[in-house]
Amino acid sequence: MIYLLLFFEFFKIGLFAIGGGLVTVPFLFDLSETYAWFTPKELTDMIAIAESTPGPIGVNMATYAGFNAAGILGGIIATLGLVTPSVIVIVIICRLMSKYSCNRRVNTMLEGIRPAVIALIVFAGLELAKISLVDLVHGLIFAILFASIRFYKKSPIFYLGLSAIIGVVLKL
Amino acid sequence: MLGLKDLFLLFFKIGLFTFGGGYAMLPLLKEELVAKRRLLSEDELLDMYAIGQCTPGIISINVATFIGYRQARIKGAVFATLGMIFPSLLIITLIAMVLKQYMYNRYVTYAFAGIRIGVVALIASVLLDLWKKNIRNYADGIIFVIAVVLLGVVNLSAVWIVITAALVALLIGECVKK
Repeated sequence: MIYLLLFFEFFKIGLFAIGGGLVTVPFLFDLSETYAWFTPKELTDMIAIAESTPGPIGVNMATYAGFNAAGILGGIIATLGLVTPSVIVIVIICRLMSKYSCNRRVNTMLEGIRPAVIALIVFAGLELAKISLVDLVHGLIFAILFASIRFYKKSPIFYLGLSAIIGVVLKL
Repeated sequence: MLGLKDLFLLFFKIGLFTFGGGYAMLPLLKEELVAKRRLLSEDELLDMYAIGQCTPGIISINVATFIGYRQARIKGAVFATLGMIFPSLLIITLIAMVLKQYMYNRYVTYAFAGIRIGVVALIASVLLDLWKKNIRNYADGIIFVIAVVLLGVVNLSAVWIVITAALVALLIGECVKK
């Protein structure tokens, strides 16, 4: 039963892949060696497509890999498998948190974690900047976009659309 | 409070306009949940990232589940998560079936090169706001510097960064109290 197997394998990935979407890649590579669902070469294509389409990369990867293995239903089942551990674990944590939210030590820890999360976002942003701001022109567009975001404060979706148009017009 | 349909649609929209990993989602979440609807404070959004970072599963799904649960318990968690994955299911299936070649089209590549710059600019802007609000005293600064060193020099994984920060905060908190 390939659907059951798909659900189980992606459930495992969801359970052990801690962090951002690309952490699923090594797990998928293992899958490509264990099963004949997709080849490592196809995996490279999948990464390229998952990164440049809307949606979280990890989810895109699961849909694509599941589709390659067993069609439309395969994509759906692999994706559901991937997100099930998150839903279970986070619901448990929410319950625990509402129990301890008045605890002073818990609050001190949460407040202390915030600067560290900011550091994590800085590094994620830098990684993204490395692949996005490849030359002076890209850097200049970044500076202009950043300034207009600060100045006009329109919705992020507006700026995503604007930057797509800039990309096409300037042939980036 | 948001109903199940609203949760599904909200995260459908966020999934549709997230390009990249969970951090690319941050500007959108801030706009939709903190600025527009006031369902969360900025601090709570950061807490969710911290928790999403240390728990199994990809961050974006963890954050969606978290917010959904806060709004409408388990049903809310399920609907928010389904909304988040729905655009991926549609778009990726479509691409895998018929549009594979279109992804290598020149103009699509140009547009995505532009979008990536936009994502970096949006994240930079959110970071500036977060910095102003959350790095206010020496303790915050110390934790930030420790995190940067652990990330950049020691190359520790995010889970350990968050755990270390929590312990340092606890230590500072206890010392200050005495």
